[in-house]
Amino acid sequence: MNAATQPRPQSRPQRDEAYNFAYLDEQTKRMIRRGLLKAVAIPGYQVPFGGREMPLPYGWGTGGMQLTAAILGAEDVLKVIDQGADDTTNAVSIRRFFARTAGVATTERTPEATIIQTRHRIPETPLQADQIMVYQVPIPEPLRFIEPSETETRTMHALNDYGVMHVKLYEDIATFGHIATAYAYPVTVDERYVMDPSPIPKFDNPKLDMSPALMLFGAGREKRLYAVPPYTRVTSLDFEDHPFEVQKWEHNCAICGSQDSFLDELILDDQGTQSFVCSDTDYCAQRVNEGREGQ
Amino acid sequence: MYVAVKGGEQAIDNAHKLLAKKRRGDTTVAELGVEQIRQQLPLAVARVMTEGSLYDEELAALAIKQAAGDLVEAIFLLRAYRTTLPRFSASLPIDTSSMQLNRRLSATFKDVPGGQLLGPTFDYTHRLLDFTLLAEGEYPGPQGKPDATVEACPRVLGLLAKEGLIKEEADTGAPVADITREPLEYPASRAERLQALARGDEGFLLALGYSTQRGYGRNHPFAGEIRVGGVEVWIEPEELGFPIAIGAIEVTECEMVNQFVGSATELPQFTRGYGLAFGHAERKAMGMALVDRSLRAGEYAEEIISPAQQEEFVLAHCDNVEASGFVSHLKLPHYVDFQAEVELIRKLRKPSKEQAQ
Ligand SMILES: [Zn+2]
Repeated sequence: MNAATQPRPQSRPQRDEAYNFAYLDEQTKRMIRRGLLKAVAIPGYQVPFGGREMPLPYGWGTGGMQLTAAILGAEDVLKVIDQGADDTTNAVSIRRFFARTAGVATTERTPEATIIQTRHRIPETPLQADQIMVYQVPIPEPLRFIEPSETETRTMHALNDYGVMHVKLYEDIATFGHIATAYAYPVTVDERYVMDPSPIPKFDNPKLDMSPALMLFGAGREKRLYAVPPYTRVTSLDFEDHPFEVQKWEHNCAICGSQDSFLDELILDDQGTQSFVCSDTDYCAQRVNEGREGQ
Repeated sequence: MYVAVKGGEQAIDNAHKLLAKKRRGDTTVAELGVEQIRQQLPLAVARVMTEGSLYDEELAALAIKQAAGDLVEAIFLLRAYRTTLPRFSASLPIDTSSMQLNRRLSATFKDVPGGQLLGPTFDYTHRLLDFTLLAEGEYPGPQGKPDATVEACPRVLGLLAKEGLIKEEADTGAPVADITREPLEYPASRAERLQALARGDEGFLLALGYSTQRGYGRNHPFAGEIRVGGVEVWIEPEELGFPIAIGAIEVTECEMVNQFVGSATELPQFTRGYGLAFGHAERKAMGMALVDRSLRAGEYAEEIISPAQQEEFVLAHCDNVEASGFVSHLKLPHYVDFQAEVELIRKLRKPSKEQAQ
């Protein structure tokens, strides 16, 4: 599935034969794939699925892991990021899990990956048509914080009744002068379903729109999955007089000097001296390789 | 110059080694055997089997050992193992009327056919620390009569039902979903609710059941019967066409007699709540029975106003593996979202600063 122009990554690790390929049994994978087909057919619609108990805790990526397990093939190259970084402990743990149970090659390079499982970020490097993003989702229901009942929110989706969401955003503007949502910022998919893009910063929302990559979302504890097919319209909710806008920083990355990537803030000393660096560590490292540097 | 945090793999490996060391404790003290846990902590084993949804005393004891005594962690371990097991067959309903009783009590009648049987219980013990247990020594317990048999006895609520005083529970014959294979959707069937409650956290169900006693959805419960003992498990393989017993398990069953209902067309009848747990687990079975009854509010046209009556609230939050996972995920890094919030709050604070000037 990998782009022919990309170099093949490193050799594949040894698979632990005590488990089925990618841990889940084949029947469960088929069940999940059927759910994914439905999700792709109805962009942004939350499909209930028979989520399994994974050997990692709920809330730690079990939904994303089940989706990855269901679509993973022996030839795939997997990248796992958390907060944009490949080396965060939970990303390490999930990458190891698939290296062990599926014996697939893994990579930290965004362009080399055929599947990218992520928590909270979309890579800065533009995605390609042959790539699949798998998002870990804690609460799949964008209306949940307005209406706690699942029965009610399913009805609201069915009736295309999203008035409460607009009221909530309007109340933000009335109270704060801005829409006070910085991440998990709701989007409309294909002009129909309002969808939670997972807790990515709203900075990443525009990357969902008309992306050539397939986007899959898995919520393990809530047993829901949903999808955004390639080249689908994804718009962030806003108002004409308060258009959607993404975060901007007054700083550049201290490592690579990037002016347009999502930056993590670091506090360097007891005096609170700040420094800002790219959240996407692969993007940052590649820029350094190309000879760029911070100030 | 800051270098992006590296070393996650090494940190994870080291953490695992430290955990193993903490679990083992002082190596001059003998290591705890799985069989010791199984034999000497049977109530912990029962809870782990019940909420882990897997009847296997040895594996539950192993999970308790591996979890260093953290029962919710042990339940999680057992669940994660259970999910990998193939399903051979669904058993026939267990027949608790033919239970080999270890303990049985009814709070509703002074005497019942078969009698009351106190059995092994903390009830009526004075909760005084027993310092003789500090010294390790043999305690043989009472001598049982090797030829003693306890007769199976009818369930108390069945006696009430004969007189028509309590609502009959009829098997609708509808297929029973497996909530570990299919996602729970609302409204759930009673069978699905009972499955969720059986797997539910003992503490959560205890607290919710307690809340109904204190007036949040009161339903006037009486402990109609609690029985603990062994029941046979039967399956009917398709290729055989007749049932065979595959073994026996210990269960605790609680049937609550609750507030009666009636109408212009129906004579008043008591209602019931049901609880069932693996092993000896009375607190769990009682909490479950109280909550089962309170979740039947809709069925009996009662006003749904209290947490214990709200199906979505109870079922979505009673599972401690789900709850513990989601609460503990707050330990995962959230710096991207936090940075987004920090950026937002700085932006929101700007105009108010100007106004102050
Ligand atoms: Zn950078």
